[in-house]
Amino acid sequence: MIILENVSYTYNRGRPDVCHALHDVSLEIPDGSITAVIGHTGSGKSTLIQLLNGIEKPDSGRVLVNGTEVTAKDTDMRALRFRVGMVMQYPEYQLFEETVERDIAFGPGNMGLGESEIKERVFRAAELVGLSGEELKKSPFELSGGQKRRAAIAGVIAMEPEVLVMDEPAAGLDPKGRSAVFELIRTLHLKRPDMIIIFVSHSMEDVAATAERVIVMNNGSAVMNDETGRVFSRGDELKTIGLDVPQMAVLCSRLRKAGFNIPEGIYTVEAAVENLKRVLIND
Amino acid sequence: MIKDITIGQYIYGTSPLHKLEPWVKIVLTLVYAAVVLMLKAPAAYAVYFAFTAAAVLISTVPVKMLLKGLKPLIWLFAFTSVFNLFLTPGEPLCSFRLGALAVSISRAGIKASVLLALRLTLLVMGTSLLTLTTSPLQLTDGIEKLLKPLAGIKVPAHEIAMMTSIAIRFIPTIGEEADRLMKAQKARGADMESGGIFKRARAMTPILIPLLTSAFRRADELAVAMDARCYGGGKRTRMKVTHAGRRDAAAAAVLAAVSAAALIAGII
Repeated sequence: MIILENVSYTYNRGRPDVCHALHDVSLEIPDGSITAVIGHTGSGKSTLIQLLNGIEKPDSGRVLVNGTEVTAKDTDMRALRFRVGMVMQYPEYQLFEETVERDIAFGPGNMGLGESEIKERVFRAAELVGLSGEELKKSPFELSGGQKRRAAIAGVIAMEPEVLVMDEPAAGLDPKGRSAVFELIRTLHLKRPDMIIIFVSHSMEDVAATAERVIVMNNGSAVMNDETGRVFSRGDELKTIGLDVPQMAVLCSRLRKAGFNIPEGIYTVEAAVENLKRVLIND
Repeated sequence: MIKDITIGQYIYGTSPLHKLEPWVKIVLTLVYAAVVLMLKAPAAYAVYFAFTAAAVLISTVPVKMLLKGLKPLIWLFAFTSVFNLFLTPGEPLCSFRLGALAVSISRAGIKASVLLALRLTLLVMGTSLLTLTTSPLQLTDGIEKLLKPLAGIKVPAHEIAMMTSIAIRFIPTIGEEADRLMKAQKARGADMESGGIFKRARAMTPILIPLLTSAFRRADELAVAMDARCYGGGKRTRMKVTHAGRRDAAAAAVLAAVSAAALIAGII
């Protein structure tokens, strides 16, 4: 479980361009969940997730990850970072090794694991993200954009962390690359049900298809933190802070207003199809 | 840490110092630096120090900012001052033995070390004032204007100015990128803070290689973007044309008067 208690964070403290990125945020993220963080640009999403592995330290408040206090002075940060995997925005720009295999092995190597264990983890991670043995032998700079992204994600997954945090993992990818990334998140969730997965996204469709819970950030505050269906049923509130709801949620709420018997909290294509079938056949 | 680079840091303002014509400001700063190096008597230093302090006040630049610029030079100050203190010949005020070394401090030594520290402070403050009150764009503009007379001997004044401004423009961008990469590699357990110098240098590869690749990529993209807008296809005009005016003449006159006073004070 991840717990944030009264966390505040300020950029450029004491300068004219001071920016209060987070303001008194308190929230909990349960074990074994996929949580999406949404909010418009500058709402504090990226700052929030960077607190989780101690890359940024809050000005005040406490951050706890599975019992470890990230904000404590004597916490071993390096050990913590192996437990909280962080995929930053555009992670493919961090690839540097001669081969994809060696790049994925960078994290596990830093953990001080044995050679055979490293190799095993690299292959497991590569298989999970869908990179072939042939691609592992290539230079990361020879891969396509989507492959590079998946190689970079594999580099974090290979550390086999308890918490996986991803900042806009599908940004800038084509539709095929996008769906591959979110398919990967869902597969990972099935294979490691105890892992906490957190991702930031601007696409409500991707959030609807993948996330079990949603945190909504607005002006440095967490304004909602609930199950996906409950969050998307508050479409009007989301609109006032400049966010959208998935198209299926819009469709279903319009039909409901028009007098059709469709329950609240429908936001995925599958659930919408089920309900439409039922309504159309019954009437 | 890389974000703390203050080179070319500019603080927006509307003070008379901000409004001076850039090329005039560059010339005046050069003159100022030359005069600082010629100062001799304490009285001359006093005059110049008062002048510099007045300029800082007029500029509305936070004094804190200026002092921050002096901070990295503290070791240089200490080093040169200590050397001057001990190594300036003169009638010894006190002397003692440090092992086999006979050390003495003279009145001339104290004077020399204090004046040297003051001289360095004046130099750094004066030149910082130039970059703090002149945006990088204005600076390159000024450099271009100053280099223009050299176009006769085929000095590509405009290209040099353009390259300088692009280089300055990319310092913060690449600094941010380095910061981002450092975070990303630290998240994968990269350890850049322990070990000997060679180990640390090797530990920088996960940052330097992606940084270089991205610098080349950015350069490529910028070149294409410039090409797409037909850059270099003829004579360029400016959006904002500025001329040296009365304000600049007044500034030059003030500097000349103060410098003359300081130099004369040195002679008398």
